[in-house]
Amino acid sequence: MEQKDFVLAVEGLSVSFDGFKAVNDLSFYVDEGEIRVIIGPNGAGKTTVLDLICGRTKATDGSIKFRNKELTRMKEHQIVHAGVGRKFQNPSIYEDLTVFENLELSFPRGHSVFGALTFRRDKQVIDKVTEVAEMIFLADLLHQRADLLSHGQKQWLEIGMLLIQDPALLMLDEPVAGMSVAERKKTAELLNRITRDRSVLVIEHDMQFVEDIAHRVTVLHQGRLLSEGSLERVKNDPKVVEVYLGH
Amino acid sequence: MNALKNNLFKRQDLINYGLLAILLVLILPLTLDIFRLNLVGKYLSYAFVAVGLVLCWGYGGILSLGQGVFFGIGGYAMAMFLKLEASSPEATAIQSTPGIPDFMDWNQLTALPWFWEPFHSLGFTTLAILFVAPLFAFIVAVAMFKRRVGGVYFAIITQAIAAILTILIIGQQGYTGGVNGITDLRTLMGWDIRTDSAKYILYFFCVAMLFACLLLAHLVLKSKLGRLLVAIRDREDRVRFSGYDVSSFKIFVFCFAAMLSAIGGAMFTLQVGFMSPTLVGIVPSIEMVIFCALGGRLSIIGAVYGALLVNAAKTTMSEAFPELWLFAMGALFIGVVLAFPNGLAGLYQTLLQKVKERRAAAAAQKTPATPAIAPRNATSDPEPAQGIGVPSQS
Repeated sequence: MEQKDFVLAVEGLSVSFDGFKAVNDLSFYVDEGEIRVIIGPNGAGKTTVLDLICGRTKATDGSIKFRNKELTRMKEHQIVHAGVGRKFQNPSIYEDLTVFENLELSFPRGHSVFGALTFRRDKQVIDKVTEVAEMIFLADLLHQRADLLSHGQKQWLEIGMLLIQDPALLMLDEPVAGMSVAERKKTAELLNRITRDRSVLVIEHDMQFVEDIAHRVTVLHQGRLLSEGSLERVKNDPKVVEVYLGH
Repeated sequence: MNALKNNLFKRQDLINYGLLAILLVLILPLTLDIFRLNLVGKYLSYAFVAVGLVLCWGYGGILSLGQGVFFGIGGYAMAMFLKLEASSPEATAIQSTPGIPDFMDWNQLTALPWFWEPFHSLGFTTLAILFVAPLFAFIVAVAMFKRRVGGVYFAIITQAIAAILTILIIGQQGYTGGVNGITDLRTLMGWDIRTDSAKYILYFFCVAMLFACLLLAHLVLKSKLGRLLVAIRDREDRVRFSGYDVSSFKIFVFCFAAMLSAIGGAMFTLQVGFMSPTLVGIVPSIEMVIFCALGGRLSIIGAVYGALLVNAAKTTMSEAFPELWLFAMGALFIGVVLAFPNGLAGLYQTLLQKVKERRAAAAAQKTPATPAIAPRNATSDPEPAQGIGVPSQS
């Protein structure tokens, strides 16, 4: 099954928490440059799959290969350095720091103890942070403490933190949840722009949003793969219809 | 663009350090007699620990209830050197084994234990003061943080270590001086440290060392590592997914705090003239956390004032009402945590902020053409957020 043009190859992935199999023998493949959306009813194991890929949860069985590197044995920060970025469901930012400092910490330099002690805020860093801040609509709020941002702005800030990392694979967990209509529109725009030259794995419930961005859709149900393909195909799959309507 | 510059010392920082320097170098030595000044020197030796706790607990969110261990390691290393110097064969001629410390003789030891031998050298002793405590801290920290033990569990374990070390010191009387500690220290390289002039010199040496440590701590906090510590305190998980190995930063800051504590311990021994297990155990370790909390756990200068004030109050109170002191201390701690969680430094900052706002408002009134600008500058001043942030409790 070894094919080198997959950016991500998940094979036979399982994890159990005290005997409960949250993800069960799951396999799927993401192409380079593809935007893949994972959908499924509550408790289907969507977030757990992202947790497994980024190393937050350790797999009980199976393999996750990112550009032919096995991720299941790597630590979280090593996975980040390999090029996988993750956005959490609830905005996960550093509230006591300013927007600038939040972005600066994500700049891919000075990640060791010594590196952090000798890190200098040079022009390259300032330029990059300013550039990203503009992209995420926060250019005027660089010195605002992050806990004073609105919910939507916090979500953007976290996306900005990922952008500075410049990952090859971007994983987004419900990026538009809890946003106002206007914010949602801006976010879709933002995502469209930033997903151009990378592969993206998104969890999302908003079907309109899925239709807008998805190349392919993977449907999970009770930790297993239920269906996969274009949104059109998946929508008409009787198994999917049964699961969604049965609830 | 200027606002983006990460200035190492802001004007306010310089003023704060200057005020502390004036207090310690001028006011106190000029107004206090040498007995009281020597007491201040003793309090300042605790300030080293409190500064370490600001970094480790206030910024990094790692509550250690065992800093007395590191204070003790530094203090004992210094005491061992001084004790050996005080135990020359001539000075101890009446012992059954001359040339070894008196308490060893009382415990029927007939030769100096091997681990005491290197403490004949001041060079080795200095290295031991600086590096044994961080090394020990490193072992503890690796064992804990690599396994992601944190929060309350870490606090309990550090407390257990403090208890274990106390029991060990008391139990091994022949090697450590037991519950009495190492006493009757006289000279440092032939220089009598008990005279008034020596006490003056040692006081100023202690102040100089404290400022050196404050400077070091300041530089660490102003580096990206300082902001990372705040990030780790607030969202450890997110820091991992920003590509940092969180445990290595926790290990670093814990070892750094341990080194500061050990230097403080050595300063204590030099100025007070003894070291005993009562300074190592659980109670002094918790007291040190109180110094830090009262002074403000997000301010290294606040920690110095905290150590000074609590100890001054302790001395005054315990001279007047010995039984009441412990209750007063407990009440003080609870009061501080409830009423102003950022301690004295937090109060000071709020005060400064108010003065600033008032000034800005006054300036705005004078120039009614642009009324909105001045107050806005006052609130959006890019003060480092960690300085005023209330840490979320983990």
